[in-house]
Amino acid sequence: MVDTVSSPDVRTILDAGGYRAALEWTARRAEAFVIPLAALVVGMVLFSLFILAVGKSPMQLYETMWRGGFGSWFSIQNSLSRGAPLLLAALCVALPARLGLVVIGGEGAIVLGGVAAAAIGVALNGAPSFLVILLMGVGGAAAGGIWIGVVGALRHYRAVNETISSLLMAYIAIALMNHLVEGPLRDPASLNKPSTQPLADIYRIGNIPGMEVHWGLVVGILACVLSWLLIEKTRWGFAARIAGGNVRAAQVQGLAVGPLIVGFTALAGGFAGLAGMLEVAAVQGSANGSLAAGYGYTGILVAFLARHNPLAIIPVAVLLGGIDASGGLIQRRMDLPDATVLVLQGMLFIVILFSETFYGRFKLFNPDLWQRPHFLKGNV
Amino acid sequence: METTDIGLWGVPLAMLGGAIRVSTPFIFVSLGEAITERSGRINLGLEGTLVFGAMSAYAVAVMTGSPWLGLVAAALAGLCFGLFHGWICKFPKVNDIAIGIALMLFGTGLAFFFGKPFIQPSAPDLPAIPFGAWSDIPQVQAALNVNVLFLIGAALAVFLWWAFRNTRVGLIVRVVGDSADAARAMGLNPNTVRLLATGVGGALAGIGGAYLSLYYPGSWTERISSGQGLMAVALVIFAHWNPLGCFAAALLFGGAGALGPALQSVGVTQGYYLFYAAPYILTLIIMIATSSPSRTLAGAPGELSITK
Repeated sequence: MVDTVSSPDVRTILDAGGYRAALEWTARRAEAFVIPLAALVVGMVLFSLFILAVGKSPMQLYETMWRGGFGSWFSIQNSLSRGAPLLLAALCVALPARLGLVVIGGEGAIVLGGVAAAAIGVALNGAPSFLVILLMGVGGAAAGGIWIGVVGALRHYRAVNETISSLLMAYIAIALMNHLVEGPLRDPASLNKPSTQPLADIYRIGNIPGMEVHWGLVVGILACVLSWLLIEKTRWGFAARIAGGNVRAAQVQGLAVGPLIVGFTALAGGFAGLAGMLEVAAVQGSANGSLAAGYGYTGILVAFLARHNPLAIIPVAVLLGGIDASGGLIQRRMDLPDATVLVLQGMLFIVILFSETFYGRFKLFNPDLWQRPHFLKGNV
Repeated sequence: METTDIGLWGVPLAMLGGAIRVSTPFIFVSLGEAITERSGRINLGLEGTLVFGAMSAYAVAVMTGSPWLGLVAAALAGLCFGLFHGWICKFPKVNDIAIGIALMLFGTGLAFFFGKPFIQPSAPDLPAIPFGAWSDIPQVQAALNVNVLFLIGAALAVFLWWAFRNTRVGLIVRVVGDSADAARAMGLNPNTVRLLATGVGGALAGIGGAYLSLYYPGSWTERISSGQGLMAVALVIFAHWNPLGCFAAALLFGGAGALGPALQSVGVTQGYYLFYAAPYILTLIIMIATSSPSRTLAGAPGELSITK
């Protein structure tokens, strides 16, 4: 063997091996990009057919959507602002999903996080601003964390289906908010739109310097990066992925599945609660019905589009924030209902879920199934 | 209608009337979901089907002047949604719960899209039968004014209860739901049976939606459904997949839903919004009470992902 190393034949084979290794490396990773992108394109084509069917021009629609979402610095900032809460709302779905749980009640955690933050901000009026903002964040995250943590605990200790219970909890949370905002916490001065007392200006969260986007965007991106590190680089994340794959196997391995589930769902709810706090401190200035704006539901779509990968959530949230932001322009320019955006989102959601069936189906993405070039036969 | 002062008796009476009024969509959605779940799939998209059914029923009733044509339109729309769910879930790795969530958002979005022009005009109502005509008290008359759909729903619950036990179709659905392998061994195609079961379930949910927009509350708005479609899914679990249990549970939920308006009608306004949460809290308590980590539920179809 030693003699043959210098022969040109073997060198060709080794070179081919290096090239092949690179190709295999690319192919194995390409699946996770190609299938979702193809699904997005198919979803947009189907939506074009829908728009054609109602007698409008899909080209004009996508052009308007691009202009409203990403066409100018102004619209990009608008999209980023709308993407910020979506980052946190999507984490509320993605983190439990890694444990095999489908939690869809993030809206409730957002709403209660917002109410808790507003109550703290009003109660501590007069205290130093950094302290109050910090406590508002902690309070909002705690409210959301308890709300979704309960869903996780019920799932593990009582086998209550988490999908249904989280959505019921969301309805209860919204009723609770209405009760508090119209009753005990109501600002008597808010007549048409019942709200809590407005936060003092020093407790409001401002914009990132040089942009018309509030600091929530930075918080959201940080939360996504930290969640990614948690899942991919820590032993808790590793344990969670095992439990998500097979609960029995995880229990046999001696992993504490219960605390893991409660911890992950509480963290997920905490992120959503933080989103509510940011809505109050950076956008609304008080807690009111606008907190239930549907970010929790769009967050479900973001998480599924990102296949529950926290890093992938960042671009997807900005994309869907842009689609959301363009809704108003579509309504004005094309005389279409504002629900047009909802129809597009629903179609994308269905196509993305359908695309799951194609993973592992294509030989192209699985080098183990490639036919070996004939000159390698017998050598390896 | 002028009211006679009957004091606090108004609360249980209003709750009885409310239970009958509010429960009808629950009856239809939960019976539909019971058929689907008995075949081994779960369709969370019935919430979207309910909203789309409400919109299509109202739109067709406005355009044709006939509430019955509206009802047929809602059932057909629901059938389409159900068949779509049933078809797409037959592909490997496509998750029925996730598709349900997607259809919930899609159905709602589509209903809002096409429903915009129908928010203003008013449609003819579905007829009701005044069982309370013997009484002089307006509250009693109001409480016992029973819509025909409620009666149809009650009859349907009894029929399904009988059919699941005694008919060929009922047995086929149950076999497919309990063991797809056994069904295949019998020469049945589980995917076809589930496709049809989900389709029928969707059609019933569409009828439930038609009731919402054509009788109570009786108009089309974007807030017409507040999770009834989803609560019905929980209700089916509580009823142990038994159609008669579904009917009883629907009445219970209807009563809980009527608590808020009933208390408001006698002048209780404190904690008004909290009473609106009563059906959701009740559902949650019932789910906690009936679930257990150590045993599967009695009567649960073996193939159902939600109980595994």
